[in-house]
Amino acid sequence: MTTLNTPRPARPSRASSQKAETRLNKIVVFLILTTLAIIVVGIPMGWMLTTALKPRNQIFAWPPVLWPDPPRIENFSETLAAVPLLRFAGNTLIICALNIVGRILSCSVVAFAFARLRFPGRNLMFGVLLSTLMIPQQMILIPQFALFKTAGLVDVLSGYLPLVLPSFFGNAFFVFLMRQYIMTIPRELDEAARIDGASTWGVFRRIILPLCKPPLVVITVLTFLWTWNEFMHPLIYITQFDSYTLQLGLNMLKGRFNIQWNLIMAGSLMAVVPCVIVYFLTQRHIIGGIANVGIKG
Amino acid sequence: MRRSLSKNTLARREALEGWLGISPWLIGFLLFTAGPFVVSIAMSLTDWRITVAPTFIGLKNYIKAFTDDPNFWQAIKVTFTYVAMALPLGLFCGLGLSLLLNQKVPGARTFGTLFYLPAVLSGVSVALMWMWLLNPDYGVVNTLLGVFGIQGPNWFWDPDWSLASVVLMSLWRVGGSAIIYLAGLQNISPHLYEAAEIDGAGRWAKLRHITLPMLTPTIFFQLVMELIDAFQVFTVIYVITDGGPMRSTLFYLFYMFRTAFEDFDMGYASALAWIMGAIILAFTGLVFKSSPLWVFYESDVKQ
Repeated sequence: MTTLNTPRPARPSRASSQKAETRLNKIVVFLILTTLAIIVVGIPMGWMLTTALKPRNQIFAWPPVLWPDPPRIENFSETLAAVPLLRFAGNTLIICALNIVGRILSCSVVAFAFARLRFPGRNLMFGVLLSTLMIPQQMILIPQFALFKTAGLVDVLSGYLPLVLPSFFGNAFFVFLMRQYIMTIPRELDEAARIDGASTWGVFRRIILPLCKPPLVVITVLTFLWTWNEFMHPLIYITQFDSYTLQLGLNMLKGRFNIQWNLIMAGSLMAVVPCVIVYFLTQRHIIGGIANVGIKG
Repeated sequence: MRRSLSKNTLARREALEGWLGISPWLIGFLLFTAGPFVVSIAMSLTDWRITVAPTFIGLKNYIKAFTDDPNFWQAIKVTFTYVAMALPLGLFCGLGLSLLLNQKVPGARTFGTLFYLPAVLSGVSVALMWMWLLNPDYGVVNTLLGVFGIQGPNWFWDPDWSLASVVLMSLWRVGGSAIIYLAGLQNISPHLYEAAEIDGAGRWAKLRHITLPMLTPTIFFQLVMELIDAFQVFTVIYVITDGGPMRSTLFYLFYMFRTAFEDFDMGYASALAWIMGAIILAFTGLVFKSSPLWVFYESDVKQ
């Protein structure tokens, strides 16, 4: 690192003017951040919301109508009547639930073994796990499809099986996240339980797992968000209209409503709102979890 | 003797339990990653239209891609142009935003939460939202530009602007990387800044000589991840542009998907997947290889 030489003593007389300067700085930064937040979040989400509430004749009005009066709530029921989005949302929730259960079960056991048990080849296997983080998932898209197809599993459970089965076999990112977390739990707790006669899996179930709430929340929420928004895999595997996921249903809006942007935005908004709610309820865990992987990775 | 024996059996038992514990991941890795990997090499050497049995054709798929497929070169060109625009812009904006968030202003946490929101939203709904935001005549972006007397472009519907529109969408999600940079910033020891201040360093000198060098490992990680991401652009293209206008948004994954699941040319699509893998590997390697030149690890100094 570059060294900074030429030492200069700090001059106390400048302290008060410096204080005023930092205060001014903070006000400027605050204003910039506020402006950016309005541009990045306020305008896009606001535009989506007002459009979803506009009657048809106001979508293309000039100058644009900022807030429709009265707001047209019927847009939502009209959209739902044309495309059964609620049913599709239900389908999606089933896939989400299976993925969440599968990942929690598999990732926690695997992470526990990597964090706490000593076995020959552990470091090598952990290295393999980490290197799979770097494998672009698109590379296995086609052979995985071919595999499910030749095994005759593509149409099982209306095409949901290929979408959920891999979750029951762990996920490199979440295993890593959870292993890092388990490493921070003091080993004395394990040892105390062992002295009391607990087996390895007893330690896992009664000591480690109950303390792992933060990473389990991250796994649950991120799996929900990813599955909820996933488009390409359902597009490949789900063929029956009745089994469509929400994103596949949304993709129909454009064809169904053509330029009725109020209805298209009403449908999109209904799909986005659950994500926003879940995110705001759990953001503390999510942001912390992601940021940690970024640093240590 | 007896003791060491029991110790031995304990160790053996722990080893067994360890392998048992990681077995879900290991089986999944062999079944859903390593297996498909090997299978796809074989697939890429065949002519396979899903309904008919595959026939071995050697390297013909690869030769076809490089010599006889203008769409392949277009997909390469589009994806790399996107990388050339989105990567530096994303780095610049992400870093800038994280530096702003790192100033201890009131509500800094709330700002972080807000800016991260776009990173957790994706899918068709977001694509439709952008399609409407960037509508040339009635979208909010061109309306606002009009307020400032600027005639906005036709965005997704103009071959010269369509790619820029996808870049703009990626910048919308820059909060995702900003949060990671921010965590990196907060990991920098305040002593370094204090020492620099005693040495009379100004704000700019501190940024250049402390913040940026200390952040290079995070930047490095982020660059590799975003490079892989660029080859994953799909939903926007499928929903909004269908690769157009005039193939200007024919992203690599989108083209591969079309080859595999619309033309059902599984063999050729597998070859495309392997070419993509080789490209990503080469560039990741390049970033890795160049890292000693610009990535600063604290542990290097201590040694």
